[in-house]
Amino acid sequence: MEIVIPPFDLKSISPIIIITVFAIIILAIDVFFKKTLRDALGYFAILVVAVTGMVVGTQLGETVYSFSNMFVVDNFSVFFSLIFLVSTGIVILLSIRYTKQEGINNGEYYTLILFATMGMMLMAGGADLLTIFLGLEIMSISLYVLAGFRRDCVRSNEASLKYFLLGAFATCFLLYGIAMLYGATGTTNIKEIASFLANNPSLSNPMIVTATSLLVIGFGFKVACVPFHKWTPDVYEGAPTAITAFMSVGPKVAAFAAFARVFLVALPDVGQKWSVILWVLAALTMTVGNLVAIAQTNIKRMLAYSSIAHAGYALMAIIAGGDFGPASLIFYMLAYTFMNLGAFAVVIILGRKGEENANIEDYSGLGYKHPILAVSMCIFMFSLAGIPPFVGFIGKFYIFSAAIKNGFIILAIIGVVNCVIAVFYYLRVTVVMYMKKPVREFAPLSLSPFIIIALIITVWGTIHLGIFPGKIIALVQNSSLLY
Amino acid sequence: MLESLLFLIMGSITIACALCVVFQKNPIYSAIFLIQTMVSLAVLYVLLHAQFIAAIQVMIYAGAIMVLFIFVIMLLNLSKADEEGERDNLFFQKPSAIILGFILVVMIGTVTLKTVFQGVKGEYTPETISQIGNTQLVGKMLFTKYVFPFEIASILLFAAIIGAIILAKKRIIED
Repeated sequence: MEIVIPPFDLKSISPIIIITVFAIIILAIDVFFKKTLRDALGYFAILVVAVTGMVVGTQLGETVYSFSNMFVVDNFSVFFSLIFLVSTGIVILLSIRYTKQEGINNGEYYTLILFATMGMMLMAGGADLLTIFLGLEIMSISLYVLAGFRRDCVRSNEASLKYFLLGAFATCFLLYGIAMLYGATGTTNIKEIASFLANNPSLSNPMIVTATSLLVIGFGFKVACVPFHKWTPDVYEGAPTAITAFMSVGPKVAAFAAFARVFLVALPDVGQKWSVILWVLAALTMTVGNLVAIAQTNIKRMLAYSSIAHAGYALMAIIAGGDFGPASLIFYMLAYTFMNLGAFAVVIILGRKGEENANIEDYSGLGYKHPILAVSMCIFMFSLAGIPPFVGFIGKFYIFSAAIKNGFIILAIIGVVNCVIAVFYYLRVTVVMYMKKPVREFAPLSLSPFIIIALIITVWGTIHLGIFPGKIIALVQNSSLLY
Repeated sequence: MLESLLFLIMGSITIACALCVVFQKNPIYSAIFLIQTMVSLAVLYVLLHAQFIAAIQVMIYAGAIMVLFIFVIMLLNLSKADEEGERDNLFFQKPSAIILGFILVVMIGTVTLKTVFQGVKGEYTPETISQIGNTQLVGKMLFTKYVFPFEIASILLFAAIIGAIILAKKRIIED
């Protein structure tokens, strides 16, 4: 037997190597210099994210397949990796004080966040279902643990266990789908599956149809679309707030990246015929997410349902497909990263240990007491609601126009109606902040220079990308060419 | 012919044992049935000419992992009340779960019965495998074509270990 060792193109996976190695170094520092360097771990993690971001940035414009087509570096994966790194960076900025306050400032916290980020990058760059699956698992396992990081808190334990059990269950569906697809096509490689399906009838093969439905369930769980959303509110409420912020953005964006690549590249034909099913999912996700969000009194739960609704809008971009579908998906994900993380930053600033100020009513009178904080919260709420001139408006506009261009007019109408519904509960936060007398004294804010930086970045992103989206849109359109 | 007969028998044993894992009240019985499921799966692998995987399956799953399972169950020291479990009051979920589960099974069943499984034949037929050797081929694939996922899997395990240590650590972090 002749063994040919394939070339190891380490350059293509250098961001992944860097982030993994430094995550392990952080763990080692935590073990050996626990007393002296513990507080510096967060700064170190930010540095790692920044360096990785720079390395990823240099890969823009290349298209490289490496490791016998297991991994791909193209503009799509590079752009998504940058979104992940931005969100991870902001989450670490949010965490530095929060973890201290909650007594969870271990090195493992940052290690797991970095591992999760690495998993997301694998999902965006996976050119083989195996790589995508392993990336998804690395991300999920890190998140199961992070959700339960406040071990002395029962809600956190509950969140972790719930997320773990349901997540493992959903993973089974995904894996079964991959196995079926492998059985039908003889390969797990996305490009090879695509070329196999181009030459063979796909829709008449019940195995491929079953595989597709199982894949929809697996990814649907990870992006939290209705009816696979049941875990979201409980997990988001119980997890440490900084981790909730992380979960509401990174993993969702990563799952969308993998979803888009699998459905638009590997199964374009099936995907098109199947858009009816995704159509129903998207419509349900938007409507249920928004309607249930109205009834919430806890801000973390409200943001959880709002994130479900946003998954519905993003799903619309995948359904639209074509030239603009992926582009609008990427842009929307970037927009969503800024505005959602910003909203969570305000929630964290107003929280205190044990008493997280998580009821919307607790925000009454914020506009008089802490005007700057209230204004930034308003910006995020307006942006999430999709009111110009903020980035949420541009993102939604882009998605709806992509949907209309590709003939999904009714879906676009449902989306617009949902935007109007959403305005109600986003604006309620604003109304409470400005038009209600404070119920009680505000606790001292948990401010730190880092969280202020995070707030400034998110506000800047929300406003700047809303007013001058041209440059990013050009970049995004350039990144949306899958293969 | 003999092979497909063996497959049918072992397949039904596997499914029966897997069902028993779920339906047993006593966790130890569940664990024992899980061992049986793993072993029957190993037999299925042998029928597929994957002897190496079958051996690994027995050693790791039926051996190592299940021993740990049983240790954990023993250490948890379940009382009688825990074993019984509380009567659940999920009136709506049970029937709907049964109906939907039934539909899923029927759906997958029809698919399996209707499909003529002519999956793409790869280059590794049973003849080539018996010529080169099963273990060698698995090793070759792991270190050439699948080297990237193979290495990535180590990080997956590492993350899982870190997570298990954090969640299981006795001492709640002070200060």
